[in-house]
Amino acid sequence: MAKIAGAVVVDIDRCKGCELCVNECPFDVLAMSEDVNIKGYHYSYMKNPSACTGCLACALVCPDTVITVYRVKVPDTAKS
Amino acid sequence: MAKSKVIPHHDVPLDQIIKPENIIFKKTKLFTDNVLSYCPGCGHGVAHRLILEVIEEMGIADKVIGIAPVGCSVLAYEFMDLDMQEAAHGRAPALATGIKRTNPDKFVFSYQGDGDLAAIGTAETIHAANRGENITVIFINNGIYGMTGGQMAPTTLEGMKTSTTPYGRDPRQMGHPIKITELVAQLPGTCYVTRQAVHTAALVRKAKKAIRRAFEYQKANKGLSFVEIVSNCNSGWKMTPVQAIKWLEENMLPYYPLGDLKDVGLD
Ligand SMILES: Cc1ncc(C[n+]2csc(CCOP(=O)(O)OP(=O)(O)O)c2C)c(N)n1
Ligand code: SF4
Ligand code: SF4
Ligand code: SF4
Ligand SMILES: [Mg+2]
Repeated sequence: MAKIAGAVVVDIDRCKGCELCVNECPFDVLAMSEDVNIKGYHYSYMKNPSACTGCLACALVCPDTVITVYRVKVPDTAKS
Repeated sequence: MAKSKVIPHHDVPLDQIIKPENIIFKKTKLFTDNVLSYCPGCGHGVAHRLILEVIEEMGIADKVIGIAPVGCSVLAYEFMDLDMQEAAHGRAPALATGIKRTNPDKFVFSYQGDGDLAAIGTAETIHAANRGENITVIFINNGIYGMTGGQMAPTTLEGMKTSTTPYGRDPRQMGHPIKITELVAQLPGTCYVTRQAVHTAALVRKAKKAIRRAFEYQKANKGLSFVEIVSNCNSGWKMTPVQAIKWLEENMLPYYPLGDLKDVGLD
């Protein structure tokens, strides 16, 4: 069980669907949506959120800085 | 980034993670609210962000004057919440010279593409560097004229197809791609000259350190600091962003190798 837990929030309507974040995430957390945003782009979302470590890789390569990253130490109660 | 073989796993509910106090990365306040005008996946956006993050971290936003070029980043002043001035095509280092000489207490940087800096603005680039103007030049080399429809630039690779070299650049007719960063590094007026890239997380971290160092050099009045960023033009190269960063790795980086070319020392 991981000791840290991460999550990302994508600003959906500002995502341009470039897929660079999906390509960069080492843990395949991210994928592209089937539906499209206000501009007609498929947008990035957490398909596998439980694998996110908050490593920042996706946010660092996002050319539009639409990814906000969160990270917490896993509370003892959530460790198995 | 290389995909990890081991996939981590946690059971923390998202609403316990996604809280304001747990934010470890968010967009810098020095971006305006305008949506960047760049194509999906274009490296200009990352380059903008790194400059703004460095300026924010150095706490110098009210002391910076940026010069926007002609090229896709012609509207940089719409995105950077800084005092900025637009230059005629290629003239940014000349404009920066005048602004810095009359405002020596300000940090002055130019932001320029390869067409702007290494074609029409070659003279301004070389002579500002040779005079050792105390400015910082950020040079986005995507090997093409992005804005005008993907024409050959002086930096276009040998054999590379563009709208004006449909059979590929032939050095017998068009010369070899110019390594302007190497030229600038030779001049005694430059203090820090480096080539970086921003298409992976690790490279983004390094490029940010390099931009920070370039501004620290300006603070120390050491001469012209110059940061090339080898970048992608997905539209001009006619590739998807993911294809383009792979192509950049395999084709641009062997000719334009990353790393510091000159670092005279900060103290
Ligand atoms: C004096 C003048 N000549 C030519 C142009 C046309 N023009 C606009 S942008 C550009 C090249 C831009 O290429 P680059 O600097 O590499 O920027 P990019 O769009 O690739 O970021 C040219 C030739 C112009 N605007 N002004
Ligand atoms: S923070 Fe890291 S693990 Fe989480 S989605 Fe982004 S790249 Fe993947
Ligand atoms: S890198 Fe940014 S703009 Fe591109 S798909 Fe991911 S979130 Fe969207
Ligand atoms: S044309 Fe090229 S350089 Fe210009 S915004 Fe599009 S991808 Fe970027
Ligand atoms: Mg260019």
